[in-house]
Amino acid sequence: MKKAQIKLVTMLTALMLTTVSSAEYGINLRKGVTDYSQTAYDMHMLAFWVCVVIGVLVFGAMLYSIIAHRKSKGVKPEQFSHSTTAEIVWTIIPIIILAVMAWPATKALIKMENPTENGKPMKMDMTIKVTGYQWKWRYDYLEEGFGFLSTLSKDSNLARQINSGVKPETVDNYLLDVDKPLVLPVDTNIRFLLTADDVIHSWWVPDFGWKRDAIPGFINEAWTNIKEPGIYRGQCAELCGKDHGFMPVVVEVLSKEDYADWLSQQKGEQAEEAAMVEKTWTKEELMARGEEVYMQQCVTCHQADGTGIPPTFPALAGSAVVNGAAADQVQLVLNGKPGTAMAAFGSLLSENDIAAAITYTRNSFGNTAGGMVQPVDVKNLK
Amino acid sequence: MSEVNADQYFVPHKARWPIVGSIGLTATVLGAAHVLNSETTVTPWLMYAGLIIILVMMFGWFGEVIKESEEGLYNTGVDTSFRMGMIWFIFSEVMFFACFFGALFYARTLSVPWLGGEGTGLSTNEVLWNGYEGVWPTNGPAALGGHFEVLDPFHLPLINTMLLLTSSVTVTIAHHAMRANHRSQTVIWLVATVLLGAAFMYLQVTEYIEAYHLNLTLESGIYGSTFFMLTGFHGMHVTLGAIMLAVITVRVAKGHFKPDRHFGFEAVAWYWHFVDVVWLGLFIFVYIL
Amino acid sequence: MGHDSHDHKPKGFVNRWLMTTNHKDIGTLYLVFAFAMFITGGAMAMIIRLELFQPGLQFVEPDFFNQMTTMHALIMVFGAVMPAFVGLANWMIPMMIGAPDMALPRMNNWSFWILPFAFALLGSTLFMDGGAPAGGWTMYPPLVLQGGKNVAYLVFAVHLMGISSIMGAINVIATIMNMRAPNVGYLNMPLFVWTWLITAFLLIAVMPVLAGAVTMLLTDRYFGTSFFNAAGGGDPVLFQHIFWFFGHPEVYIMILPSFGVVSEIIPTFARKPLFGYVSMVYATAGIAFLSFIVWAHHMFSVGMPLGGELYFMYATMMIAVPTGVKIFNWVATMWKGAMTFETPMLFSLAFVVLFTIGGFSGVMMALAPVDLQYHDTYFIVAHFHYVLVPGAIFAIIAAAYYWLPKWSGHMYSERLGKIHFWWSTISVNVLFFPQHFLGLAGMPRRIPDYSTQFAEFNMMSSIGGFAFGLAQVFFIYIVVKTVRGGKKAEANAWGDAKGLEWTVPSPAPHHTFDEFGPVDLKKMAHGEVH
Ligand code: HEA
Ligand code: HEA
Ligand code: HEC
Ligand code: CUA
Ligand SMILES: [Cu+2]
Repeated sequence: MKKAQIKLVTMLTALMLTTVSSAEYGINLRKGVTDYSQTAYDMHMLAFWVCVVIGVLVFGAMLYSIIAHRKSKGVKPEQFSHSTTAEIVWTIIPIIILAVMAWPATKALIKMENPTENGKPMKMDMTIKVTGYQWKWRYDYLEEGFGFLSTLSKDSNLARQINSGVKPETVDNYLLDVDKPLVLPVDTNIRFLLTADDVIHSWWVPDFGWKRDAIPGFINEAWTNIKEPGIYRGQCAELCGKDHGFMPVVVEVLSKEDYADWLSQQKGEQAEEAAMVEKTWTKEELMARGEEVYMQQCVTCHQADGTGIPPTFPALAGSAVVNGAAADQVQLVLNGKPGTAMAAFGSLLSENDIAAAITYTRNSFGNTAGGMVQPVDVKNLK
Repeated sequence: MSEVNADQYFVPHKARWPIVGSIGLTATVLGAAHVLNSETTVTPWLMYAGLIIILVMMFGWFGEVIKESEEGLYNTGVDTSFRMGMIWFIFSEVMFFACFFGALFYARTLSVPWLGGEGTGLSTNEVLWNGYEGVWPTNGPAALGGHFEVLDPFHLPLINTMLLLTSSVTVTIAHHAMRANHRSQTVIWLVATVLLGAAFMYLQVTEYIEAYHLNLTLESGIYGSTFFMLTGFHGMHVTLGAIMLAVITVRVAKGHFKPDRHFGFEAVAWYWHFVDVVWLGLFIFVYIL
Repeated sequence: MGHDSHDHKPKGFVNRWLMTTNHKDIGTLYLVFAFAMFITGGAMAMIIRLELFQPGLQFVEPDFFNQMTTMHALIMVFGAVMPAFVGLANWMIPMMIGAPDMALPRMNNWSFWILPFAFALLGSTLFMDGGAPAGGWTMYPPLVLQGGKNVAYLVFAVHLMGISSIMGAINVIATIMNMRAPNVGYLNMPLFVWTWLITAFLLIAVMPVLAGAVTMLLTDRYFGTSFFNAAGGGDPVLFQHIFWFFGHPEVYIMILPSFGVVSEIIPTFARKPLFGYVSMVYATAGIAFLSFIVWAHHMFSVGMPLGGELYFMYATMMIAVPTGVKIFNWVATMWKGAMTFETPMLFSLAFVVLFTIGGFSGVMMALAPVDLQYHDTYFIVAHFHYVLVPGAIFAIIAAAYYWLPKWSGHMYSERLGKIHFWWSTISVNVLFFPQHFLGLAGMPRRIPDYSTQFAEFNMMSSIGGFAFGLAQVFFIYIVVKTVRGGKKAEANAWGDAKGLEWTVPSPAPHHTFDEFGPVDLKKMAHGEVH
């Protein structure tokens, strides 16, 4: 009996040690790349060591008692039942310990909520509005007047389908990669305005040191200042429905110069897109673009073959709307269906994307509506 | 039933009614769930059947208790247990109402001002609900349910306050009469109480109709939600209380209870006072402020 | 007399069980029901752990995974742990205070017989189209309102559970306040009774609040109200405030009776009076009081004003003080005792250590600035399973071993009990300890699939999970075997255990203490100390 126990414990410890050493990411909180994340890390370590010390003392006393004060040793049990001194001591000491932890925590919290610089409220250099959707993020660069959606990358999305046959290990950054990351400059005070369109989400990048909920109908504020360029990955941290596990956050932090380049490039692309609304597209163009948009934006709910996941997510194959008047479908996609997961895509995607996606759905999955919807048509219905 | 031992705490055997009650509750909520989900072929009847079963259960159960009580099976110990049961039950009701009052206070002092841009809610207002002012009463930044008007607190609600306050007095008078063993007086004051309760309910229904004419509905945003849920649950409690009072009246008329032992009476009276106090809260926080 | 013979159990299933008013039979019903629910909820946990065994989706769709998470928690919390403690209360409280039965026996029957219906209603959603609730046990709107049909079933099931719990709690309070033997004062009561008195108060205070919260969900979903809808002036976060006003006391509802159980067992096997009885009572009351004013520590990331965050951080940290008093008192009880290590004692000792570990992670999360990292990760999953599984569940198992001789009249096999203990204790740590690392490394909770860096610890956790599950199947075997037969138990099964329950024969007669009179305080668990 005793021997078997020891064997088991050694085996398990060995297992534990090997797994610990082989785990890529370590086992502790990350120090991250912001002042705040460093503070959070320090707080965490302080609290951790406090607990370890108390644990060693308490469990040590217990263990000693278990070994020394056992009946098999022939001890006679004492009969004392209280000691006011002892009880006061072990009420006061924890209070002191807690106060010691509360002090830095208070300072850290104030830094997060009321950021100041030289005694004045900190000046924010730029503002990003983050909006959570089932199951993607939208980032708006408020000062620059543009924004885009950020969705799980195609590789991951393919691999994560049930019994996809693709090994997750073969996918780069499995589940932590997106089609279009949020791009930010280094060493800049960035204010985030967080909200959501359907249900509550939570925006979290561990390396920045915090997460904050994105709540429909309300704006939450948070800020950061990133010290090092790099790519930082996180995930949505509030249960938001079936694909909660599949809406990663990826932030690419660039040097200030690279960021400026990126910005002007984005603006150029944005202008090109706008110009393309006015032109007349061919069916091939629409279908090709449409498939791409559909597979990125619509597929989680309506599925690749358009069969949906009834009853929650209706099939587009054979749907009355998709096979009915084009204008009705455009309206529906533009305005969404409040109270359901179907978002108002009018403010999320360009006219080109919407027209293409709709054309694609009307000519796929065995739908017979046929025809084309041109970006101008969408623009006119907006 | 040979003899009654005064020291013996009466432990009943064979509780027949609880299982009936469980079946009744389940049928009711199952039927209701179907109705809510618009699957209404058979199931409204299931819901009604459930409610009837619950009624039958209550009559059966209380009937059994009354019978045992009249047989003198209950000693003071049992009486005390019943009292405690009732007190803690009322406490649970208090917490239930506290929950809705809490929602009201939260909306008025936190969420609505926040949406209106007060304090740190500034960006919420600027980015999402520009132009929304956040003054109570409100149906929210999207003006759900359309424009509405609120009721004048010093009209029907004031009368209702008077009615309920008076009824608290009448039920107390009835109680004193009971203790003095004036049976017919007790009945008279109880009847008066029931009538006052019924009048209250009548006015409350009138008021709801008026509210709907003012386009104040359950769907009028947070104001409509808190208004109707608080007054509605209160109204349900008044109705229940009035029914219980009526039953007590009949029992007094039948000669039940003794001047020094009338727990059933007192329990209902407590309940009635509780309903009254809740109303005062409503009158102040829902109507006046 | 209302009945012929005291020891005559009613004959036939319907008479004996369906219509019973006997506190022991009702206690048995509760315990059996709770165990069945533990297995059901545990089976769901096994599905969770199976899917998380490796990265990638192998067995279930994400939506079904979320249904499992939600139902697992609802069933464990409302179906297993709470009813198990009510079962213990029913069995033991009257016996511990010299009462003939519970104060309101008929209502007692009803409290129990609502539960099977409530869980049938909840469970039936698994078979509907759209499936079971999948918004987490916390039922946050707006997500939970997307649940389709199941919203109504979920709400009504919670209502029924609430009714059952409130009636059960009223009964416990009335019994303790009104049915103590004439010479038993409040400060003579065993700690199990004390902790239950306070638990019952918590239940009556917060179950109606939960009922109100879910009622608002119902009207928001079906009647167009706007409690949780910003467009109408409401706020989704309002639900969280109400839910956690219920939810935080709820976690103490699950742990205070465990404290009571452990406070009975440790003195018995240390052969020494409980240290600091009075401070134990005050600590329990203190925890209960604090539990009402700390709820928003579950919501540090929702964007509360700074003042609110600071307040809730400080208040939460304070709970470590009275809880610490309890831990220290238990250690002091062992100190200079003469300990033996029968199975109930082993589980109690493991409880003290492992609960404390769970408490430590609780205090770490109470630090709001770091909770912005911990929140909604596996660190929290590790925290609450440490306090709930080797916490509440271990206490229940310890209680079962401790009182099984009294209930069944037979001694369980000490050898099998010890195997069960070691098997459970090792596997439960393999199951939940690695989850701390996962959370710190950044794995969010409530996800059916994860990135590959988390693979090793998840596999380890799953292996621990399966092992722990099997150990509980083994527990069924031990219990059934003991009930069926085995060495006869003495009235005082542990030799010199204190407590009125040990003065009556084993198995306890169907009716105890019919002669309602003074009892010998020296024989009460902590009757003459303090
Ligand atoms: C039985 C159940 C139980 C118990 C007893 C506790 C006990 C505690 N819990 Fe826990 N908790 C849960 C069940 C429980 N919890 C659950 C289910 C959740 C998640 C819900 C969900 O989101 O689904 C949760 C979540 C939760 C959170 C939210 C985390 C988040 O979502 O971000 C927090 C934050 O503060 C917290 C804190 C605490 C604290 C401070 C205690 C304290 O009571 C612990 C006190 C004990 C000790 C500290 C150990 C002994 C003391 C000493 C030896 C003295 C000396 C010690 C010091 C000075 C440190 N808990
Ligand atoms: C008292 C409450 C309680 C108890 C006892 C447990 C017990 C267990 N819990 Fe759970 N759990 C919660 C309360 C509880 N839990 C809560 C509140 C949540 C949060 C939910 C939410 O996020 O909304 C949660 C969430 C939760 C998660 C996170 C899910 C997620 O975030 O997606 C996980 C994952 O590992 C988990 C695992 C387990 C396991 C393995 C056990 C084991 O201890 C169970 C062991 C028991 C058995 C296994 C049963 C007995 C045996 C059989 C059925 C035979 C079959 C056996 C085999 C096939 C081996 N639980
Ligand atoms: C997050 C989930 C989700 C995404 C992403 C999504 N939809 Fe939907 N969609 C829904 C839901 C839910 C409905 C059903 C709404 C209702 O109840 O009427 C719906 C309905 C529709 C309908 C009407 C179908 C019918 O028969 O009623 C069309 C057309 C449609 N969506 C097209 C799209 C297109 C095009 C996209 C991508 C640009 C898209 N959807 C992306 C969830 C989604
Ligand atoms: Cu979005 Cu979880
Ligand atoms: Cu809590």
